Amino acid sequence: MRNPQRTEKIAFFFLFLATLVIALPVGLVVIIIISKGLPAINWQFLSDIPRQGMRSGGIFPAIMGTVYLVTGAIIFALPIGLLAAVYLSEYAKDNLLTRVIKLAIVNLAGVPSVVYGLFGLALFVVFFKFGASILSGSLTLGIMILPIIITASREALESVPYSFREVSYSLGASKWQTIRHIVLPNAIPGILTGTILGLGRAAGETAPILFTVAAFYLPQLPKSIFDQAMALPYHLYVISTQVPNVDEKIRYATALVLLVLVLCMNLVAILIRYQFRKRKKW
Amino acid sequence: MKIETKNLNLWYGTFQALKEVNVAFQEKRITAIIGPSGCGKSTLLRVFNRMNDLIEGVRTSGEVFIDGVNIIDHAADLVSLRKQVGMVFQRPNPFPLSVYENIVFGQRIHGAMSKGALDEVVQQSLESVLLWDELKDRLNESAMGLSLEQKQRLCIARLIAVQPDIVLMDEPCSTLDPQATQRIEELMRELKKNYTIIIVTHNMQQAARVSDDAGFMLLGELVEFAKTEDVFTKPKDKRTEDYITGKYG
Ligand SMILES: Nc1ncnc2c1ncn2[C@@H]1O[C@H](COP(=O)(O)OP(=O)(O)OP(=O)(O)O)[C@@H](O)[C@H]1O
Ligand SMILES: [Mg+2]
Repeated sequence: MRNPQRTEKIAFFFLFLATLVIALPVGLVVIIIISKGLPAINWQFLSDIPRQGMRSGGIFPAIMGTVYLVTGAIIFALPIGLLAAVYLSEYAKDNLLTRVIKLAIVNLAGVPSVVYGLFGLALFVVFFKFGASILSGSLTLGIMILPIIITASREALESVPYSFREVSYSLGASKWQTIRHIVLPNAIPGILTGTILGLGRAAGETAPILFTVAAFYLPQLPKSIFDQAMALPYHLYVISTQVPNVDEKIRYATALVLLVLVLCMNLVAILIRYQFRKRKKW
Repeated sequence: MKIETKNLNLWYGTFQALKEVNVAFQEKRITAIIGPSGCGKSTLLRVFNRMNDLIEGVRTSGEVFIDGVNIIDHAADLVSLRKQVGMVFQRPNPFPLSVYENIVFGQRIHGAMSKGALDEVVQQSLESVLLWDELKDRLNESAMGLSLEQKQRLCIARLIAVQPDIVLMDEPCSTLDPQATQRIEELMRELKKNYTIIIVTHNMQQAARVSDDAGFMLLGELVEFAKTEDVFTKPKDKRTEDYITGKYG
């Protein structure tokens, strides 16, 4: 009773079904958010401060807060992550310590974000006495995305062909010169891609900023990195669960802004990767 | 003698890849090293610019003199050694940079030069590999778009730009078609005037055509070393004879 053609058809059907099951909710989420949120989006919504206990007005401080936080996170995480990745993939000897470090980094990427939030609270807010501030929030987000940046950077560095390094050494270049002139330039697109994906993650998370920076309601822009700030994901949480009688339109519009922000970042990452694939010829 | 080895041994971990190699290479000649796959030809070549140092677990004993200096010595200056001893690899491997930037890579590494001086280096290097006329209007194009032969010539130009006096070539024509191979061989004869060349090749015709001296290796040993003519017409060792008459490898 074996009929390869029928088996093939059945297999195809279930594979297709599985794909549909994944794709459908994603599509639905996007469609629902757009259809419910788009009507509330206008210039005032994007540029005004929240008014009437966040039931009207705009979300400008939350947008800017997220921009500050993400920028701070990257200023902190990119240099450290990149240096760590260069060390791990180019310099570190393959010994037990190195393997433990690499394993730790992989596992850090899987730690729930609320744990980072608590960690940030204990270390930056309390121990270093930065208080709930943009600085604390940025550092917490930075630590959260470090594993993403390190992992992506390591992959990018390791995918630079050995033959490039070999030639560079054979021409008398030192290890650092080889890394600086040959390896890093060829790894940049991969590093950027990873960084932007990390940024997207940082922009969308609520838990890490909950205790470290997020202001419930702060109808003005922060003046320094020691100020609290509003942020999009937390603002969305607040108006969805903590404030009664917020118009549904406003909630979905806020979600839409957040979604567009994160999707744009991912899109940029995809474009960079695509450009790079097209160009690279080895 | 330009290069001379004394009782050279080399191990990859516990595997001995070179066994008591004693050989001397003369200045401004082309020496071919032939032998079946895995006999240690590349390993020997990479001793002379210490590229084996990059591989973990490599151990070397014996002495290797270049211009009378023992380069196996730990105190040897790797940067000046590699400037003096350049290497052409099997697969043409230009950097994914412009033609111009490929050639000036060495200069950029080894200290600043004025734009004018760099331009000069580029022109001279390309001229010496007979690429100048073809590429003088394409200096800013990516080297990845060149033909295989052009790439390999560019790689030779790139190392000539650092002014070596020894050029090691590890099967430099194995990815090229017969016409390109022939032209690269012509180039080698031209380069012989200024450089000491050692070429590893699988292709015995190539060794016969292009080299002045030839060495035959087998299982890490240098079995025979003499004038190319003699190696091919009256080999002293039975194993050499078997190899060149095609009995194995
Ligand atoms: N990195 C390494 N680690 C362990 N063994 C190696 C390594 N590189 C080469 N060998 C071994 O050393 C021996 C000599 O290798 P080598 O590459 O010098 O041979 P070859 O004569 O150049 O061969 P081919 O003609 O295939 O290029 C081979 O048996 C090979 O397996
Ligand atoms: Mg070889």
